[in-house]
Amino acid sequence: MKAYAQNRNNPWLHLFAVLTAIITFLLLGLGGLVTSHEAGMSVPDWPTSYGYNMFALPIKFWHGGAFFEHTHRLLASGAGFLTTVLAVWLWFKEPRKWMKWLGVAAFLLVVAQGVLGGLRVTLKMDDLGIVHGVIGQSYFILMCALALFTSRFWFKWTAGEKMPGMMRGLRMLVLGTTFLIFIQLILGATMRGQHAGLAISDFPLAYGKIWPDTSPTAVAHYNADRMDVISESPITAFQIILQMLHRIVAVAILALVAASAWQAWRRLGGKNPLAKLAWFWLSLILCQIALGAWTVWSNKAADVATLHVMVGALSLVTGALWCMIAFGRREGEARIAPAVTMSGAFGASAAMAANK
Amino acid sequence: MKRIILPVLAIGILGVWQTAAAADITGVITLKGAPPAETDLGPYISANPDCAAMYQGKKMPTTLFYVVGPNGEFADVAISLKGVTGKSTGASALPAVLDQKGCVYTPQILAIQTGQKLLVRNSDMCVHNVDFTPIVAGNEGHNDVQMMGASDLTYTFPKPEDFIMFKCDVHPWMRAWVSVFDSPYFSTSDKDGKFVIKNVPPGKYTVEANHRKLGAQTQDVEVGDKDVTVNFTFNVK
Repeated sequence: MKAYAQNRNNPWLHLFAVLTAIITFLLLGLGGLVTSHEAGMSVPDWPTSYGYNMFALPIKFWHGGAFFEHTHRLLASGAGFLTTVLAVWLWFKEPRKWMKWLGVAAFLLVVAQGVLGGLRVTLKMDDLGIVHGVIGQSYFILMCALALFTSRFWFKWTAGEKMPGMMRGLRMLVLGTTFLIFIQLILGATMRGQHAGLAISDFPLAYGKIWPDTSPTAVAHYNADRMDVISESPITAFQIILQMLHRIVAVAILALVAASAWQAWRRLGGKNPLAKLAWFWLSLILCQIALGAWTVWSNKAADVATLHVMVGALSLVTGALWCMIAFGRREGEARIAPAVTMSGAFGASAAMAANK
Repeated sequence: MKRIILPVLAIGILGVWQTAAAADITGVITLKGAPPAETDLGPYISANPDCAAMYQGKKMPTTLFYVVGPNGEFADVAISLKGVTGKSTGASALPAVLDQKGCVYTPQILAIQTGQKLLVRNSDMCVHNVDFTPIVAGNEGHNDVQMMGASDLTYTFPKPEDFIMFKCDVHPWMRAWVSVFDSPYFSTSDKDGKFVIKNVPPGKYTVEANHRKLGAQTQDVEVGDKDVTVNFTFNVK
């Protein structure tokens, strides 16, 4: 209780952090649309746009691929501005020193993201686009973390009773699964960065088989039959194997998240916030797998593929937040604890029970 | 005066003799089997107001990956003499033109020489960007915006390369492929599947026919003082 009294949260700071996290999520979605529509190079110059100041590009040019790329740049500027304000606010008003430096890290990360995105265009480097996508997800995790750490829930949670010792295995399970989701994200970003469309056009089989033929003759046959309009390059054996790996890792993630949800429910009880979050996490993964299948069946429709990216981001950040919450309390013998509930995003409408 | 006249005369006689000894390589390219159906570009174009406006009352185009006549006449195959390099006359050749019209590239398959100017034109009343990334070292990639009414963009390629893809990212269905050869001995098959490689000097050659999706085939020929015919047949399964 003493810790809670010293670190009382600032609800306005928390709301601002939540707003910035939401904007970051929307920015991630808009970036996903840019890649899904193969529009990343539609505005060849940066930081100008068709020679205009980015904020003064005439509306008549907001068409086709340029619409997605340009609005992505504008929203990125907005996210950068909000992140800067948040970083400054944290620096001057946040009593916890580590939070000040997290704000600085958020500022540096958003600047790096902006520069990476710009260089990807000016240097015509697809690989930078992959890095830009991956760091974007990391930036989203950080923004959600800032929202969590500024919430009333967090202050009460970390001042609460220690976690049971049996939690150690569960925490490591969730941590490892979250890391695997991050690897899956990198695989997905690499696939999208190939700009070759769907390397495998059917699901759940792959070219009619459990494991597809990737011989040069077979790949030449696949390319001869492809009539894709938007995808750039012929597919390669490497890209086919990459997609198979993505599918296999998806199954592994489903199993691990299901195990995490089951263990959390069994060990912590259904009313525990971590158990509830773990079930939510499982529902996200099930949704993500459905979206992955739909992406293939729809021949990589841009809106479906982008939704797949966004739910993937939510899956990653949910695992990350679960870990932060779980590790946020020290480990020890279980005692009677104040009941803390979560409502909304990260805000708390705590129902406090008196300690006995 | 004699010092100038005699060498010039010798060169002229040599040139005439070379031309007189040269012959054409002609042929027909055929496709057997049923290719996949072309994709209708209508939904993509209709979603873009600038481009849709150019097709009021007109039929929307499709992809042109397999341009085949009623009797299997196969167009858009690039035919060249394999391994013949260092003979380019591109620097003095007329510029080739790649046009952006109706939000599609015309022609879709183009063949030029190394050093030859390629003019990319925007005949549309909307902005395009011309984006290409050659694979062969020495050929420089570009990504240039081209406003409506802007002057032609000019590019040259110092190295031979097959099927450099040109695209517009504002209108991502727009694609064209440009093949670059290091000699004037090349052609592309027309809608009747026919091709002509003109004025080939006498000698033994490997003729290569290359289709962007079906790959390449070769045949050896010997060119004398008479035209030579070589036909190719591609198959789809």
